[in-house]
Amino acid sequence: MTGFYAALFWIATLVLVGGLAYRIYEYAKTPAPLKIPTTPAPTTFVGVRLRMLREVLLFESLFKGNKWIWLFGWMFHVGLALVLLRHFRYFQEPVWGIIAFIQPFGMYAGFAMVGGLLGLWARRIVVERIRYISNPSDHLMLALLVGIGLTGLGMKFVSHTDIVSVKAFFLGLQRFDFSQPLPSHPLLYIHLGLVAMLMIVFPFSKLLHAPGVFFSPTRNQVDNPREKRHIAPWAAELERR
Amino acid sequence: MADFQTPQIREYPTIPALQPNSMAHLKPYIAAPAHQEALGFPGELVENWQQKAIEAMGDLLGKYRSLRVFLDSCVKCGSCTDKCHYFIGTADPKNMPVARQDLLRSVYRYYFTPAGKLGQKLGENSFIHKLIGARPMTEAVLDEWYSYFHQCSQCRRCSVFCPYGIDTAEISMAAREIMDRVGRGQKYCNEILGKVHKVGNNLGLPGPALEDTLAGLEEDIEMETGVKVRLPVDEEGCDILLITPSADFFAEPHMDGLIGYAKVFHEAGVSWTLSSYASEGANFSMFIGSYANLKKAAERIRKAAIDLKVKRIVVGECGHAWRVAYSFWNTAAGIGAGADPDDKYAQELQKQLDPRYPIPQHICEFTWDLIRQGKLKFDKSRNDHRVVTFHDSCNVARASRMGDKPGGQFEIPRSVIKSVVNNYVDMDPDTIHEKTFCCGGGGGLLTDDLMEIRVKGALPRMEALKSVVNQNKVTNLAAICAICKSQFTKVLPYYDMPMDMVVSVHQLVSDALILKGQEEDEPQTAAAE
Ligand code: SF4
Ligand code: SF4
Repeated sequence: MTGFYAALFWIATLVLVGGLAYRIYEYAKTPAPLKIPTTPAPTTFVGVRLRMLREVLLFESLFKGNKWIWLFGWMFHVGLALVLLRHFRYFQEPVWGIIAFIQPFGMYAGFAMVGGLLGLWARRIVVERIRYISNPSDHLMLALLVGIGLTGLGMKFVSHTDIVSVKAFFLGLQRFDFSQPLPSHPLLYIHLGLVAMLMIVFPFSKLLHAPGVFFSPTRNQVDNPREKRHIAPWAAELERR
Repeated sequence: MADFQTPQIREYPTIPALQPNSMAHLKPYIAAPAHQEALGFPGELVENWQQKAIEAMGDLLGKYRSLRVFLDSCVKCGSCTDKCHYFIGTADPKNMPVARQDLLRSVYRYYFTPAGKLGQKLGENSFIHKLIGARPMTEAVLDEWYSYFHQCSQCRRCSVFCPYGIDTAEISMAAREIMDRVGRGQKYCNEILGKVHKVGNNLGLPGPALEDTLAGLEEDIEMETGVKVRLPVDEEGCDILLITPSADFFAEPHMDGLIGYAKVFHEAGVSWTLSSYASEGANFSMFIGSYANLKKAAERIRKAAIDLKVKRIVVGECGHAWRVAYSFWNTAAGIGAGADPDDKYAQELQKQLDPRYPIPQHICEFTWDLIRQGKLKFDKSRNDHRVVTFHDSCNVARASRMGDKPGGQFEIPRSVIKSVVNNYVDMDPDTIHEKTFCCGGGGGLLTDDLMEIRVKGALPRMEALKSVVNQNKVTNLAAICAICKSQFTKVLPYYDMPMDMVVSVHQLVSDALILKGQEEDEPQTAAAE
């Protein structure tokens, strides 16, 4: 099992990093030929940065759109962020102060994360409009995330695993040392399996909204079309005829 | 009136229960070969259209970051599902913005994503395709596109509420461009655009007819006010070139707006002219997503500005025209400022224009500047028989700006109105400013063959209007968009409101404006009409 998971995590990491890098490259190289910020939009670069920050940290537009989705969505994402940060300590030695500091919050964040996900899932099933727009993959994605959350919480609060060995395993992986045994624990196997799966589907699924939001022209463009000529290379080509 | 039911005005609007495919029957007339070819598109559906459509999609994916990012990023959160006026008015789930996007996204996923391509290895409609909601490009899909991408007015309301700013308008534009490229264009947009390319305006109104109309308006103004106000055309060396939607030359209440601009220019003492070569502010190329046509139409204005040697360009009351002018003219035709020094194309015009003024400038910005400088004299009481509310047009509200601060597009028209009328009220805050509801006729839908969706899509705006009519005795709905004005004139009677309650903002200005030399015969003027 140790060998299998070691290989799996290496592959998953490569797919995640390579896939995301490729997607980001693709977004970055595709021009945005027209100025299309959704107005009112900031007229300065700093203003745009702030707009993006509000969008990424507070989900500003979603808040305007639907308070329930915002509440569950925000709970899930903040929970996930804290949980992820908390997990840093399994990958580093010594552990950074900030990671140690959030340790207690991180524990409860797991509940927020799963709670938010269940709220979103319930809406996907109960609200007719959202049920209509859901594909099976949308449900599977939620199942995957809930599965990760529940198995994680299970190991924290129900059936502990030998976390010291887990950490040794991952520290080993980073040094190409595959001799550190992964403890044999069913919840751990499931948890890690699902996480690897998530990492692998990330660059090929709607999870691309994470890099996507930064490239969205309606949010990241400065509202200054009269003041500055904005032209894409393929559009400039038309003028040279 | 028609073979469909006008929706009921609801006192407490709620989100409708879904009525799948209730609007699938509605399709606009298909463009004739001549209309298609004038725009550089194939006359009829080409033989290998499926393959061509996929190629066109691939081409657009490489040219428009918006398309690529929007197709990938949607998480199906549902925030946009109840935001579209066409969904609210029809309850057809395919009029929910995300579902409308999915009509195209499903095809994108089939041909352009790794999962979709993997699925193709397993068969036409493999389980992977079902899992991710992917489907091949078929006749049925094309039909569905043709229906539902012509039930989107590209108003961008959905994009306000999307956590990733996904703008369904961009998707509709892409879908229409793809359909045009395979030979399935919409008659209304393409025929009109052909006229612009050929004659210079949507109506196909030739220069002499335009001169006649303008001469007629000059007489009207002189009769009404006793003052000689000019509406010049093709006069070289003026300060200002006015570009306005051609509806201003013939339709009501648009013409009263044009009279208003003329009076304001007169009072400002500036020289100005229209152009018979570029006598159209509208640019329907935006609706069909065609950059090449957008550029071609905008270049008429560029040429007119260069030929007439003007220093400024002012744009009349029109929503999408203002979006095109404000957001796209500089890009497409170099009409604006801030071009690179080695950008010869843009520099040519830029050197001629007066950098002290915004290029282009909205007529409301122009008028508001004068009002602030105290250069216009008004008798507000001449509008006392009116209680006015203002409709924010989508393209002005969510796709452009006025003035130098974000949100100026809301404040400036209202400030102009409040300077000329005593009784002003706003509609429900959830239906104005950036949350404004489309009139129901934008985006190339202002045609009789789409009357059903126009009437149904007007529902949320009509509800908000009816409520201020009942509570605040509102008598007039002011707008700054040619499409909004025409659409409201047509749909208001369906909702038991008078069609003539629509007014141009510059009609209100015109009615209250005291022209120099007119002060003496005041009482007579007030009695006119
Ligand atoms: S752009 Fe407007 S009309 Fe089109 S889907 Fe969005 S809300 Fe509806
Ligand atoms: S709001 Fe945006 S992300 Fe959510 S369903 Fe609509 S388009 Fe998709």
